[in-house]
Amino acid sequence: MKLKEAAKKEERLTGGHRLCSGCGAGTVARLVMRASDNPAVVGCATGCLEVSTTIYPYTAWEDSFIHNAFENVGATISGVESAYRSLKKQGKMDEDFDFIAIGGDGGTYDIGFQSLSGAMERGHDMVYLCYDNGAYMNTGIQRSSATPKGANTTTSPAGEVIPGKQQYRKELTDIMAAHNIPYVAQASPFKPQDLMKKAKKAFEVDGPAFINVLAPCPRGWRSKAEEGIELTKIAADTCFWPLYEIEDGEWKLNYKPKNKKSITEWLEPQGRFKHLFQEENEALVEEIQEHVDQRWNTILNRCGEL
Amino acid sequence: MVKPGDGYKDIPKGGLILEVGNAKSYKTGGWRTERPILDKEECINCHLCWAFCPDSSVLSEDGDVKAEIDYDHCKGCGICAYECPVNAIEMEKE
Repeated sequence: MKLKEAAKKEERLTGGHRLCSGCGAGTVARLVMRASDNPAVVGCATGCLEVSTTIYPYTAWEDSFIHNAFENVGATISGVESAYRSLKKQGKMDEDFDFIAIGGDGGTYDIGFQSLSGAMERGHDMVYLCYDNGAYMNTGIQRSSATPKGANTTTSPAGEVIPGKQQYRKELTDIMAAHNIPYVAQASPFKPQDLMKKAKKAFEVDGPAFINVLAPCPRGWRSKAEEGIELTKIAADTCFWPLYEIEDGEWKLNYKPKNKKSITEWLEPQGRFKHLFQEENEALVEEIQEHVDQRWNTILNRCGEL
Repeated sequence: MVKPGDGYKDIPKGGLILEVGNAKSYKTGGWRTERPILDKEECINCHLCWAFCPDSSVLSEDGDVKAEIDYDHCKGCGICAYECPVNAIEMEKE
């Protein structure tokens, strides 16, 4: 879909929401909703996007919207979808609807994980979108299982005792692929057409679909607001955040950087990794680089690029 | 829409918001410290700024992004200016 053409469709997330200036979640949600051709039922797990887009008595959504607790957006939307299917079967309804659950990494990787896993396993015709900014940004930057190793957060503070988060992040996209659902994708907002294409596939596929999208957070990443989208490009160029999709079990790579960049280019512009550039943490950066390389090779292998 | 001073009888049951997209009437333009200025001569209409804007504030009309910037909602993050491939957008102090 050309951007010019996409722009002719109506906006589904209006301005006037109160996400921070430069927040990636707004961009991601807007682009994904563009790909839907039907009226939608949107549910958000507790998180930045949820609280900022629907501050009472305002809503920035042009579709039906359901608030959720942190852990249950997967369950809510799967329930709505089931009710809809039943009403359709009974002949009480005939319009087409899209169903989408949205969560941040906290509401998806951690707290909302069981309801997401259940909804996918039961095979509901719904989309789950995770905007991954790598920590609980809404409550003040606490580490989540999506936080990259070495990142400074309020619950993994870099100092004399530890150099930021001590664990690697969980590969949720792989876990979702292991659910053997028809469509799983990892995307990034710096490629808006790719993101919309993936969202379109996710909406159109018959059955559950999961999209994991990297979303810059200037507050939590301690980066400049205007550089957010550029950072998501660097994430892809350093292979920290590869873009790929899994369609009916078939892995496909969507972006191969011409020159794979060193991980330091991803770490350096972000204040949350500032301490990694002190002398005593040199080995840690090397270790992170090795981990990224390994992961990249695994993906190349699975996508048949090796 | 519920207004300050409304009593509980004025609020829809369940605290529902009955009007979609009414956040449009909430102006976030005041958050801005710098405003994007679009040079319509330089613009190549690639729509990247439109796609990247988190606040839906780069307006496109009939496939033409040269329409306007919505200063009522633009928070001045500067992504549009930073990402513009031909530097057609400049950030100016408010």
